Amino acid sequence: MANYSTNEFKNGLKMMIDGDPFSIVENDIVKPGKGQAFNRVKLRNLKNGRVIERTFKSGDSVEAADVMDLELQYLYSDGDMWHFMDTNSYEQYEADEKAMSESAQWLKGEEMCEVTLWNGAPLTVMPPNFVELQISESDPGVRGDTASGGTKPATLETGAVVKVPLFVEQGEIIKVDTRTAEYVSRVKD
Amino acid sequence: MSKQWQPCAGQDVIQLRSDLLGKIRNFMNERQIMEVDTPALNLGSIPDSNIDSVSTSLSLLGSKQSFYLHTSPEAYMKRLLASGCDSIYQISKVYRDAEIGRLHQPEFSMLEWYRPEFDHHSLMDEVKALLSTLGLDNAERNSYENSFMHYLDVNPHTAPLSDLQSLAGNLGLHEESDDRSLLLEFLFSHSVSPNLGQDRPLFLYDYPECQAALARLSDTTPLTSERFELFIQGMEIANGYHELCDVNEQRERFENENRRRIQNGKAEIRIDEYFMNALQAGLPKCAGVAIGIERLLMVLSGKQHINDVMTFPIKND
Repeated sequence: MANYSTNEFKNGLKMMIDGDPFSIVENDIVKPGKGQAFNRVKLRNLKNGRVIERTFKSGDSVEAADVMDLELQYLYSDGDMWHFMDTNSYEQYEADEKAMSESAQWLKGEEMCEVTLWNGAPLTVMPPNFVELQISESDPGVRGDTASGGTKPATLETGAVVKVPLFVEQGEIIKVDTRTAEYVSRVKD
Repeated sequence: MSKQWQPCAGQDVIQLRSDLLGKIRNFMNERQIMEVDTPALNLGSIPDSNIDSVSTSLSLLGSKQSFYLHTSPEAYMKRLLASGCDSIYQISKVYRDAEIGRLHQPEFSMLEWYRPEFDHHSLMDEVKALLSTLGLDNAERNSYENSFMHYLDVNPHTAPLSDLQSLAGNLGLHEESDDRSLLLEFLFSHSVSPNLGQDRPLFLYDYPECQAALARLSDTTPLTSERFELFIQGMEIANGYHELCDVNEQRERFENENRRRIQNGKAEIRIDEYFMNALQAGLPKCAGVAIGIERLLMVLSGKQHINDVMTFPIKND
């Protein structure tokens, strides 16, 4: 198993801590004039996004995490697993519900997603920043309704629910920012 | 890749350094401390498990010889003291491998001076007086033990190893360790030193025995050594000792440091036998201190990165 020495530490380096894969967010070296030097490191847990702080004795080494980021095409879901394909190698990968997390609600098929693999299996799936989806259900906007802030909920073809302006109607295709789950614009055919 | 030819430090900071060096020399002249000049090259060095020397090799009369660049002028200056020099100071460039960052450069400037007959407390008085001439007034002092207990509620000298271990674990030390010195250094650098000298300069004195370096062990306060450091805004600025004069004890400590180096996979450092001979001949009782000029300039200029107070620092570009 590969190891990283503290002098290879840099932002983005992926390593194993307590059995989980982490990525370095920040690396500070604390070096007294006389005495032991330390690397004080902030690390993000790649499974749950939580950030922790750890201090390493400079010169120690840490097990590398077998993690890589790939651009994969979403194919379909069989109900249990979501299937992706590397469009260069045609190799296929299966992501479970945990890896999909909130991402599944934006995908209908053929989108290119950033998939982080850990030990060869999808750990996290990032949908495209913007998706275009059809509104499958939304009540007609009521003119003069200001109590709701000029928006109403709309259910998209993938099941996601976003707030849309009152003038947007069922059956229309809209552009959504998946990072904020916010309506961006109507898409003209 | 852009190769910026201009200096990193602005004209104001270049001027500030000149003013600072002038003030230091005035201060030393007024106190009749003599300026000396010793070489940067040395056949041997001072073994320290955590300081890496830069080595180089020279062609001399047909033979190759390996030298270290000094990590501080200490050995040569103590040879001067042993040969009969009274109070002496030096401002020199020193070299430490693999040290680069916000507070570190591999080549930096050090002010070092020695005072026969002084102990660490009288030397702290003198450093305090120097700081006052630079506008850094009202330096206070506290023992290492008091500071440690204030911030961590544990006695650094007497706490059981297991207490230090669990505290270090809670504060995020990754690997468990049964090395008391390492645990203290982690706890100190993590939870104590960042708080020190925030309002005014702070001297910390009576360091643990295991961190004595070249200081004598205390006769009066058990488990401590007569070493002090100066902190300003959480930054270590100076390191001083009531100097160890015992050649046998000094050799033992050097050999111990070299053993630690080997354990950590580092190269052994050749002991400076000229320096050992000087100790053997007799180093007068004295105290000495080293001050990092760039760190002091950072305080005086308000700069947050060492590169901003140096003309041409080494950069990673």
